[in-house]
Amino acid sequence: MRDFILKQVASIILPFVCIYGFYVILHGAVSPGGSFAGGIIVGLSFIAFSTVYGIEKCRAKLPEKALVWTESFGTLWYGIMGMAGIIKGAPFLANKLAGIDVGVPGKLISGGLISFIGIGVGIRVASTIITLFFTMMEEEL
Amino acid sequence: MKVRNLLILIIAVLAAYGMLLAVAELPPYGMPDNPIHNSVSERYINEALEETGALNMVTSIVLDYRAYDTMFETIVLFTAALAVVITLKTSAREGKG
Repeated sequence: MRDFILKQVASIILPFVCIYGFYVILHGAVSPGGSFAGGIIVGLSFIAFSTVYGIEKCRAKLPEKALVWTESFGTLWYGIMGMAGIIKGAPFLANKLAGIDVGVPGKLISGGLISFIGIGVGIRVASTIITLFFTMMEEEL
Repeated sequence: MKVRNLLILIIAVLAAYGMLLAVAELPPYGMPDNPIHNSVSERYINEALEETGALNMVTSIVLDYRAYDTMFETIVLFTAALAVVITLKTSAREGKG
C-alpha cells in the first residue's frame, strides 16, 4: 500500500493542502470558509500524511504534548478573547460594542475579534480531529 | 404477538397522521411574508457588515452575533475528544502509569 508513487505524490501535495487550510482559517472573515472548515483541512492534511507514511512518522512531526496543549488552549483562547469585552466594560464576547476597531471590510485583518477567535477555533478543530484519528488508530483491541 | 403488531401499526399510523397534519399547516416555501423573514434576518443582512466588519456574513453571525453558541460548540468538541481519549487510550495507562 505504501508504495513509491503514493509517497512522492503525497510529499508534493500535502504541504499545499496544509497551507491552504491555514489560508482558509485566516481568511474566515473575508471569504467563504471559516475556522471550522479550515481546521478540518489542516487536520486532514496530517491524517493523509499519517496514512501514507505511517503513524510513527506523523507522531515524530507532531508530538502528543503539542496536540494536548493546542487542544486545551484553543478552548481557553476563546474565553480569554471574550474577556476583552469585560475589560472594556461591555458584555462578554462583545466585539464592536467594546470599542474594538473592526477595520476595513475586505482586508485580511478585519472584523475585530472575529479573526483572533477564528485562529483559535481553527487550530483547536485541527488538533481535535488529529487526536481522534490517532487515538482510534492506536486502539488495542 | 399478532395483537401487539396490530397495535404498533395503529399507533404508527396515528403518529404519522398527526405529523402530516402539522406539516400541512406550514406556510408555503419561499414566500416573502413567511414568519421566518422577521426583523432578525433583516438586521443581519442590512447591518452585519457595518457592525462586525466581516465580509463573510456566516462568519459574522457564527463568531460575533452568536459567539456564545460557538464557544459552547468548541467545548462540545473538546468533551467529545476527551471522552474518546479516555475510553480508547490504553498505551498511556500501561506505559507511563
